[in-house]
Amino acid sequence: MSCRLDPQPLEWINRSETLNFQFEGRAVQGFAGDCITSALLASGQTLLGRSFKYHRPRSVLSLANHDVNALFESAEATNIRGDVVPLQAGMNLRACHANGSLEQDKDAWLGAFSRFLPVGFYYKTFHKPKKFFPFWEKIIRQKAGLGRISTAWSVERQAKQYAFCDLLVIGAGASGLQAALTAAEAGADVVLADENPHLGGSLDYQYAQDAQAASLRDQLKQQVYQHPRIRVFSEHMVCGWYTDHYLPLVGPQGITKLRAQGVIFATGVMEQPAVFRNNDLPGVMLASAAQRLITRYAIKPGKKAVILAGNAEAYSAALDLLRAGVEIAAIVDLASSQTRGEVAEDLRHRGVKILDHSAVYEACGKKSLQAVVVAPFDGRNCDSGLTQTLDCDLLLTSVGWAPTAQLLYQAKAQLAYDTTLEQLLPVSLPSGIQVCGRVNGAFTLAQRLADAKRAAQAAVAELRGERLETDALATYRDSQAHSHPWPIVAHPKGKNFVDFDEDLQLKDLYNAAKEGFDNIELIKRFSTNGMGPSQGKHANMNGIRILAQIRGQSIDATGSTTARPMFHPVPISALAGRRFRPERCTAMHAWHLEHQAKMMEAGVWLRPEYYARPGLSREEAIFQEVEAVRKQLGLIDVSTLGKIEVLGPDAARLLDLVYTMKMSTLKIGMTRYALMVDQSGVIVDDGIVGRLAEDQFYVTATTSHADATFKTLSRLLVELGLEVRLVNRTGSLAAMNLAGRAARQLLSGITDIDLSEAAFPYLGIREGQLLGHPVRLIRVGFVGELGYEIHLSAQAALEVWNALMQAGAPAGIRPFGVEAQRVLRLEKGHIIVGQDTDGLTHPYEANMAWAVPLKSKAWFTGKASLARLQGLCQRQLIGFCLPPHYQGPIPKECHLLIEQGEIIGRITSIAPSPALGRVIGLAMVDLPWANSSKFLQVRVDGGALVEIEVCSLPFYDAEGLRQTADLTEVV
Amino acid sequence: MKLFDCPVIGRRPISEFDYFGEVRRPPVQADGSVAPDVWSDFVFNRAGAPGVLREWWYHRPTGRWYVMERDTLKDEVLRFIDIQEVRYELPA
Repeated sequence: MSCRLDPQPLEWINRSETLNFQFEGRAVQGFAGDCITSALLASGQTLLGRSFKYHRPRSVLSLANHDVNALFESAEATNIRGDVVPLQAGMNLRACHANGSLEQDKDAWLGAFSRFLPVGFYYKTFHKPKKFFPFWEKIIRQKAGLGRISTAWSVERQAKQYAFCDLLVIGAGASGLQAALTAAEAGADVVLADENPHLGGSLDYQYAQDAQAASLRDQLKQQVYQHPRIRVFSEHMVCGWYTDHYLPLVGPQGITKLRAQGVIFATGVMEQPAVFRNNDLPGVMLASAAQRLITRYAIKPGKKAVILAGNAEAYSAALDLLRAGVEIAAIVDLASSQTRGEVAEDLRHRGVKILDHSAVYEACGKKSLQAVVVAPFDGRNCDSGLTQTLDCDLLLTSVGWAPTAQLLYQAKAQLAYDTTLEQLLPVSLPSGIQVCGRVNGAFTLAQRLADAKRAAQAAVAELRGERLETDALATYRDSQAHSHPWPIVAHPKGKNFVDFDEDLQLKDLYNAAKEGFDNIELIKRFSTNGMGPSQGKHANMNGIRILAQIRGQSIDATGSTTARPMFHPVPISALAGRRFRPERCTAMHAWHLEHQAKMMEAGVWLRPEYYARPGLSREEAIFQEVEAVRKQLGLIDVSTLGKIEVLGPDAARLLDLVYTMKMSTLKIGMTRYALMVDQSGVIVDDGIVGRLAEDQFYVTATTSHADATFKTLSRLLVELGLEVRLVNRTGSLAAMNLAGRAARQLLSGITDIDLSEAAFPYLGIREGQLLGHPVRLIRVGFVGELGYEIHLSAQAALEVWNALMQAGAPAGIRPFGVEAQRVLRLEKGHIIVGQDTDGLTHPYEANMAWAVPLKSKAWFTGKASLARLQGLCQRQLIGFCLPPHYQGPIPKECHLLIEQGEIIGRITSIAPSPALGRVIGLAMVDLPWANSSKFLQVRVDGGALVEIEVCSLPFYDAEGLRQTADLTEVV
Repeated sequence: MKLFDCPVIGRRPISEFDYFGEVRRPPVQADGSVAPDVWSDFVFNRAGAPGVLREWWYHRPTGRWYVMERDTLKDEVLRFIDIQEVRYELPA
């Protein structure tokens, strides 16, 4: 059985190309150009889906992507919208939401129980008693949701594109085509976007048979395609409006981010369903859907039709049905056919039965429409005592339109309800926004074209900084309503659906209001009206009308829900992006990889976590690296440190203000620990400051805070107008730390700097040559051994690194990574900012009162806060250790310290110490426990409590002999 | 996404800028003293009300600081301010 018509003048299908596909295991044929829905209808499959809640039979409603009655899935994809997705050969489809087959849906019984499933049912029913919820949850999860997701998905990457234009015109119907043309002819660079594969909009289905429209259509399309300043984006949905006219266009190949100078909205209107009993039966559809079926796909939508008319468009649709060979049982007009113009007259003369002041009270049929019950209608209610039944298999509803204004709302346009047109219309527009066509109330073709020219001229004028004088917005609006203010009929047995996605009936909205959710935003969320995949495109307008009636308010007083991006569901593949964060590598990166370094992220950098060794576990490898530094020699790449030159007469003043300690007293050739707090006294960064000359300092910052430190310095010097120059050398300089007792010996042969203890003491900084490269050496003690940080140009770094590794081989040199460095500094009790401190830690809590000279400095950032915090310390960083040869579960970072069931602190760092032969760590512990307890308890994974012993800090070499004295004395 | 008309580098998207809040100065006396409640108010309270604010913005690609006068209600930049206008002194 096929219901294909003879070829239609504007049809989208290509009858010479047949496509074979599978539906529920059955072989089906369609044509190229068909959508899935049209191909199925042509094959005689009128049942296309099952509804979300009650599994009711469904078929075409809008055929415009304003409903999801026809939703399919394949092995690869789910939620395929049959009304708009083009048919492809070899598709293997089934209905998305049928339990079993579409015909024999095992969940269809749910509909019979709908009166036991009132709105808000799930919110109220399954939460008491609480212990049963997991049982219900399992069942609800099974029944809820649309479609199944294949977990065997493949990565589908879609490139992002960027485009720019003067004017974006959204919608390529009569108004959009004319607006694009007028704007382009006035010199603007125009992008014209439309969600359909073909331009034309309603010109191609509402005016398909109109001889006058035919020449206009050809002319407009041809001129638009040929115009050099118009770029056409068909099959592109404009999914959102963002500030300064930034709009994502989602097409088959992905997303195009368009920056426009202005936007013309020619988005048209969306036809709205009438609400009556069984208005969702297959065979009941919007008039525009039938027109789309006929003109695009040459499909005869039924044999015998009733048309529910609330506007003149209903009569044009009736004429289109007659031309397509559909018999018309009657036209049921909600008001009077006298006001519907010439077409109504014409139909009356042809003998078509017209029932004035009547409405469809009920549609009848099991899986498809068989008859409608019609009753007199006074504009609000049906007289159910005077019904008559009309046999038919098709019911077109043509009762009104809602403006496609979601994007306009997003752009902060204001709309108000117009009682002449019974439609929401724009009343004020933000700058750069214009609107034309039916969304602006211009309904006849002549009105639309004139309105489009007006909007385009205004938009172009605004681009040029001019403003047209006339208040033009309402000039070309129609004087006649195209929507009925109340296309809604109550029925004692219900099943009169407002939202088809969510199976919401008229009584559900009344009940929601009765429960107190009688505000437009609340009724939406409680009833879920407009929250399905259609996002209210066919449900919101009726929802507003119903709430306005309940509240006895005007439509404007009732308001509208907030429109937010996205206008329409967007595939994740269009949104998902690549990683566009920078990933920085040091000069030694390739060397690290060659030597089996396991890399880790540190801020934007990649750093060796440790160097893997065959036969050694991660922990063993780290342990060996630690031992190598303590007993022999180690080399670590510290190029990721922030490195900033601070130059100029006010350099010392700037550093005095930014860091807690006094830097202006620093002697030339020396460095000082640099602690940075914010205005509230919280530790944000640490590093060192070295003085190279009276007006020249060299500053290091932690890896992840380097950029922020540079910003802090640069902002303060701008704010105070200081004479300072900053150079951020984080990327241009590399750095490495050579640590261990053989460090001095190794360096002494390859540098011209005098390394003797007297000439270059601990914390000194020197400039000179190393292997012929200019370097700065800094005596540091972070890891607790005799150590030199070598700062040099990134270009020379690898050569020096290799030379050190080679020369150090007899001394047993080993490269070490971040993890070993963490253990080494932990043994010394040195904190890592961000690990041992959190967003509230101040220096007193971190045992760094010595770094806060409140008396000797008049001011530094955070001083006033620290002056108050000094006496208000509530917690303290303590050192702890586990017993020697401890065998139990090892606590981890962030494990909690518990005292009598209360949390009193957490572990910030923990590691086995080779030097001490036991596990050591740092913990942030509340007072008074921090300084009064000898033993504390930690809750480890699994819930057991482990006892830790409080230790004094540092754990290792408290006198610092190993980093200050001559190594011969130490060994 | 918003665009800023920078007086030096022209129209750039907001994603290139970091926001650093309203222009404020620490309420400290020349001798370094400050009343505790005044200081707490400075550290923890922000006006937050929509209106015309002077704000710090940092342009990452060029490393420049700007002070913009912005109507936060309309999200419109009204003008750029010469940083000399918002300069202040701190105790030495």
